[in-house]
Amino acid sequence: MPECTMIEAIRMALSRALKEDPDVIIFGEDVGIDGGVFRATDGLTQRYGASRVRDTPLSETAIAGMAVGAAAHGLRPVAEIQFTGFLYPALDQLANHASRLRNRTRGRLTCPLVLRAPYGGGIKAPEHHSESTEAMLAHIPGLRVVIPSSPARAYGLLLAAIRDPDPVVFFEPKRLYRAIREPVEDDGMALPINKAVLLREGADVTLVAWGAMITEANEAADQLAEMGISADLIDLASLKPLDRGTIRSSVEKTGRCVIVHEAPLTAGLGAEIAADLAEHCMTSLLAPIRRVTGFDTVMPYFRLEAHYMPDAARILKAVHNVMEFA
Amino acid sequence: MPIQADHELSGVTVFLDPAGLPVLDLPRFARHRETLVALYSAMVRTRTFDAKAISLQRTGRLGTYASSLGQEAVAVGIASAMSDEDVLLPSFREHGAQLWRGVSLEEMFLFWGGDERGNDFAVARQDFPVCIPVASQFPHAAGVALAMVQKGEPGVAVAVGGDGATSKGDFYEALNMVGIWTLPAVFVIANNQWAISVPRVDQTRARALADKAVAAGIPGEQVDGNDVIAVREAIERALVRARSGKGGTLIECLTYRLGDHTTADDASRYRADEEVSSHWSEEPLVRLRAYLVAHHGWAKKDEEALLHGCRDQIEKAAEAYLATPPQPVRSMFEYLYADPTQDQAAQAGELGDA
Ligand SMILES: Cc1ncc(C[n+]2csc(CCOP(=O)(O)OP(=O)(O)O)c2C)c(N)n1
Ligand SMILES: [Mg+2]
Repeated sequence: MPECTMIEAIRMALSRALKEDPDVIIFGEDVGIDGGVFRATDGLTQRYGASRVRDTPLSETAIAGMAVGAAAHGLRPVAEIQFTGFLYPALDQLANHASRLRNRTRGRLTCPLVLRAPYGGGIKAPEHHSESTEAMLAHIPGLRVVIPSSPARAYGLLLAAIRDPDPVVFFEPKRLYRAIREPVEDDGMALPINKAVLLREGADVTLVAWGAMITEANEAADQLAEMGISADLIDLASLKPLDRGTIRSSVEKTGRCVIVHEAPLTAGLGAEIAADLAEHCMTSLLAPIRRVTGFDTVMPYFRLEAHYMPDAARILKAVHNVMEFA
Repeated sequence: MPIQADHELSGVTVFLDPAGLPVLDLPRFARHRETLVALYSAMVRTRTFDAKAISLQRTGRLGTYASSLGQEAVAVGIASAMSDEDVLLPSFREHGAQLWRGVSLEEMFLFWGGDERGNDFAVARQDFPVCIPVASQFPHAAGVALAMVQKGEPGVAVAVGGDGATSKGDFYEALNMVGIWTLPAVFVIANNQWAISVPRVDQTRARALADKAVAAGIPGEQVDGNDVIAVREAIERALVRARSGKGGTLIECLTYRLGDHTTADDASRYRADEEVSSHWSEEPLVRLRAYLVAHHGWAKKDEEALLHGCRDQIEKAAEAYLATPPQPVRSMFEYLYADPTQDQAAQAGELGDA
């Protein structure tokens, strides 16, 4: 099986989708001849034609709105927003239309679109290129929100997103685009987009993370293992809908939970997970739930970026804190 | 691809042709040697800054950087026409305008080096910082202009964006407001023929970007954006018009992006080298230098002294930038609100004394 990076896996999934379904089209800024600023669509316009892999003018509102119209009228648009920081003009279309069309028409019109965007920090990018806005999207009823954390999951989850009958926001942790290689079979197999993935099993604490924070959490888990503390590590993968069952059963086993996300603390998705555990697993909890997150500030310009990003050291501190509690 | 100008449509204002030959009587300001030398020097300084920024980026000492190579006349032409009481709202490629307005080289390096202090200009305190979300500065400019009207101030808001920016709703919506409320705003489009990999023809089928003014009911015009005299002259007229209460103007400056989109881009993926080399003959410095040589005795030693002076200044600024320690980590909490929230204070506490 060939080893590939996440960006290659994404390209492979896009290519597979274009090949297997003539209704799939891709559009966005610079996705054509340039192959996308991260090269996710490299070579696709040459291979599938400029009518199926289209450069748009600089128009996020139109990109999202056209995806809605095209999806409702039978295409499977996979639209790209160049960075999550430029997604805001598309929110009107996502919140007011993509997410509601099925409901408004009692199922007559639907919106099977995918909106992809490079997401998160960690690459010293300029201002507005490093945001983590998943909670804002996950708060919109009717949208799915998916974030892969490895090449293989990127491949399988993206195929699932494209085949899903409802609108999916697919955020790609750009810090991981080229950071990890793993074998990925181009077999057209989708992964479920309503399931979290248990990446490692332990007994003492549950770590919940997604996207690039999986790498940090995994490193923390390695270090904990050396100290004799074993962790369940859950990759949420699908943030909306949330696989509450997997998280609950892990915490029922370990009794402790540390949630990690790059987005700011307040009203982040960690809050929803913590509330769910408080509601459903109170009797299993041995210690307070801890969140290790970005701070309640904007991503600082990159000279201070590393201080904003949660890392293994901060995760370890939180785990020690809950282990000391009980 | 030739520069997309439609002469039949509106006529492109140009004073100096690419060889530096006057094709029209020069405007009054351009009859003075000092003025022309100042314009030329500002363009050379901008280009020297650009080269230094790129070399710092290549050696890991600056972040992703957007070069203004080939577009110096747009930036310098705009700023040189403006008064102190006007407000500049740039995109991310108007280094020459920011420098003319008084933003320091060190501040510019700090900004591109990932340090917010680069936006805390010591002068030009009302100017807006670089705007990265494309076209979102245009509504701000309409708002600044509104505030000027309400307060009875004489200033004009001048916003600059690229050809790509004209495709966004923000641009149209702001232009419409300028028209409907007769606001003292000048919108400048630096049409450098490319929006990353998307050429001007694929941005809009409008024959000229300046024609977008028609929909807003304000004047629009095209100028040769590689002729600093033409840019300045057009902006000056627009500023006079705005100041006299007649409202806004849209000015499209036809220029060319000679470099990559940014240091993170590789333009050879999507545009032919021949296209780029053909535009080198039209770039803005050569023509003004030729004119200065022919008409104002600009000598080799003048040129050398200028280059030397610019390099010296820029090296010093770069050294000062590189010697500037990062801000304290806590600074990330200190400016978001007038008074940091309790949550923030608690989180800053977690950072310890960093
Ligand atoms: C709203 C938004 N979408 C996408 C981007 C990414 N991006 C940065 S510059 C650029 C192209 C801008 O083209 P143009 O307006 O012509 O300005 P130029 O870069 O040529 O100066 C794009 C797509 C952005 N910064 N903002
Ligand atoms: Mg452009």
